Amino acid sequence: MNQKKELVVVALENGTVIDHIPSDKLFKVVSILGLDKLDSQITIGNNLSSKKSGLKGIIKITDKYFESSEINRIALIAPNAVLNVIKDYKVVEKQKLTLPDQVCGIIKCVNPKCVTNNQPIETKFHVVDKESINVKCHYCERMIEQEDILFNS
Amino acid sequence: MNVKSLVSITDYSKEKILKIVEAAERFEVNPNQDLLKNKVVATLFFEPSTRTRLSFETAINRLGGRVIGFSDASNTSTSKGETLKDTIIMVSNYADLIVMRHPLDGAARYASEVSNVPIINAGDGANQHPTQTMLDLYSIKKTQGTLENLNIYMVGDLKYGRTVHSLLMAMSHFNPKFTFIAPDELKMPEEYKRFCYEKGIEYREMSELNDISEADILYMTRVQRERFLDLVEYEKVKNVYTLKKNMLEGTKENLRVLHPLPRVGEIAEDVDESPKAYYFQQAKNGVYARQAIICDALGLI
Repeated sequence: MNQKKELVVVALENGTVIDHIPSDKLFKVVSILGLDKLDSQITIGNNLSSKKSGLKGIIKITDKYFESSEINRIALIAPNAVLNVIKDYKVVEKQKLTLPDQVCGIIKCVNPKCVTNNQPIETKFHVVDKESINVKCHYCERMIEQEDILFNS
Repeated sequence: MNVKSLVSITDYSKEKILKIVEAAERFEVNPNQDLLKNKVVATLFFEPSTRTRLSFETAINRLGGRVIGFSDASNTSTSKGETLKDTIIMVSNYADLIVMRHPLDGAARYASEVSNVPIINAGDGANQHPTQTMLDLYSIKKTQGTLENLNIYMVGDLKYGRTVHSLLMAMSHFNPKFTFIAPDELKMPEEYKRFCYEKGIEYREMSELNDISEADILYMTRVQRERFLDLVEYEKVKNVYTLKKNMLEGTKENLRVLHPLPRVGEIAEDVDESPKAYYFQQAKNGVYARQAIICDALGLI
């Protein structure tokens, strides 16, 4: 068979590359960042082999730069993802994610009796433990551990 | 958020707690004043709670205020689908202060964010009931002369009982020693034990109510049948955590028995005659504590 060797994902001239996203979290990251509503050219690769860990996903977005408050929202689900800022084909900045103190809108409270699940209210959570990623609902004060965190669809 | 609101007991600093307790002492001496003259207070009870509502309304009436509101949401526009936000904004146009009870957890915090006037939480679902905690603290102060260095025994449902959790948080300012007495199914949650550990507060856990000779305060709670999957287990546990009069022999002179009420058998009727039984006076103290909380929220004390 005639095999052509090609880069799986093409290089970017200007924009942002989000790398080292766990494969099972990739589309969640896409939705949390609202990439489905973006006009920019976006290349998404998933189930790529990674030197660091198993299978990974990668997202390349042309001509788009994120505010850190925007990008840190994905720290909840992909804390080890790395953000590369590309200008003129060069990585000008490599950024690790940091968890914000507060997360608004993206998490859904697990408590069915929480006011946010029964009234039209945006959710708000305080990140109480950045190591183990424990969050606390601002309204019903329920503590939620990382494995139990639910995301708004 | 409205800074004068009281949603959760953790909204109060140690200084604020002491200020409220001292004000409650003054209201007990002189309960009828006209501090709320020309003020309108709304009591919005989205779920019924006659005991709490009457306590608040007594507090308001004794201070010369007027009360508007409802004791059950079924006759209000809430049943037509009005959002909580709209109801609160509308009422905050009429009243100087809103006292609210709501079946949903977090409803009072949310209301405090949309209201133009202070909100006092009179219970939001299973979450918080801070005025209960303040009347508990006032009762402790009144019977012990201090809040500092007390030996506090909590008995019964320590897992779901919001009153014991709030009391634990509030007492943490005053170097207490805790003893938690509960069946395995209803033990104090890890989160609160960790809180004690981090604050350097001594606590121990016991599964039987037998040795209470060191206690200053015995805080009883209701063990609810619906918490048990196995009703045989409930029947067994129910009797183990019942306080009987003979169990008060050999206890400290200053021991007082508290209970948020209503009780259903956790305290035998014969305990009522003991001078150490304090739960009915405790309920009465609620009026003074609420007078203090209302006046504080309105900046009147």
